[in-house]
Amino acid sequence: MPGHFEPIRGGGAAVALDDVEISIIRSLAVQLLELIGPGPGEDASDDPLAELFAEGPSEPPADPVLRRLFPDAYTDPEQAPDSPQDAEERMAHSAEFRRFTENDLRAGKRENALAVVRTLDSLTPGGDGGAILKLTAEESRQWLGSLNDLRLAIGSRLDITDEDDTDDLYRLPDEDPRKPMVMAYLWLGGLQETLVNTLMR
Amino acid sequence: MGRVTSPAPLEIERTESAEEVFAVPEPDVPWVTIVHNDPVNLMSYVAYVFQTYFGYSKDKAHKLMLDVHHKGRAVVSSGSREEMERDVQAMHGYGLWATLQQDRK
Repeated sequence: MPGHFEPIRGGGAAVALDDVEISIIRSLAVQLLELIGPGPGEDASDDPLAELFAEGPSEPPADPVLRRLFPDAYTDPEQAPDSPQDAEERMAHSAEFRRFTENDLRAGKRENALAVVRTLDSLTPGGDGGAILKLTAEESRQWLGSLNDLRLAIGSRLDITDEDDTDDLYRLPDEDPRKPMVMAYLWLGGLQETLVNTLMR
Repeated sequence: MGRVTSPAPLEIERTESAEEVFAVPEPDVPWVTIVHNDPVNLMSYVAYVFQTYFGYSKDKAHKLMLDVHHKGRAVVSSGSREEMERDVQAMHGYGLWATLQQDRK
């Protein structure tokens, strides 16, 4: 079962990972955590109520990965605004939506990525450094979400914007500097695909 | 909603406020959540999200996923603006690219 998840008895899923694979996933999850950033309470006051009612940002993130993870809610990518007023209204609604949802969305993605790191850190490596990762059903869902976030992040960094781009990536020469990232992207896709299958049964 | 009883004499004309009531734009036009195609999201994952979050049947989830894939977009739910904001937020949580708008058709 290397490279793919299999369902286990009582719900949940398992996959065999070698030491390199473990360190790649862990490192990517940590990078994602750094990108998503600390919770609103990290640099705010100790008042838990203030944190609860803290408003999120109203501007879209500058980083393209974060813009993909937290897109505008009122901006249809295919339908241009009818008028300048319409454009302005969409921007205002998107900003308001962002203010009230982005902190929660970031927290959810952070929790999923933390679950990935936590489950990897609790592995007991075998003699060759590899291990069998066993996930509960809940951990499977968190892994599924985080694998998707990781693939969105890598896809954004690799500038994958349509299906043809993915086809081109399959044919990259070995010396291309993007090759390792592409290999990771495709491998994570296989992991995610097989993990979905264990949850769809 | 209950009507506020006014102590004002009945003969006073209140055309202005009546017009204001009718000026509310298209109150019955529903809002829709649209999911847009994305080359990164796996087809199986998109169908999984439609089944899991909306509780759609396997067939319906699969058909909506194919619409997203082939047509570039699909309306996945409709309702009040608040409900659609909830759905869009959930889709963003799953990593799907979703927007909401008032259904003008």
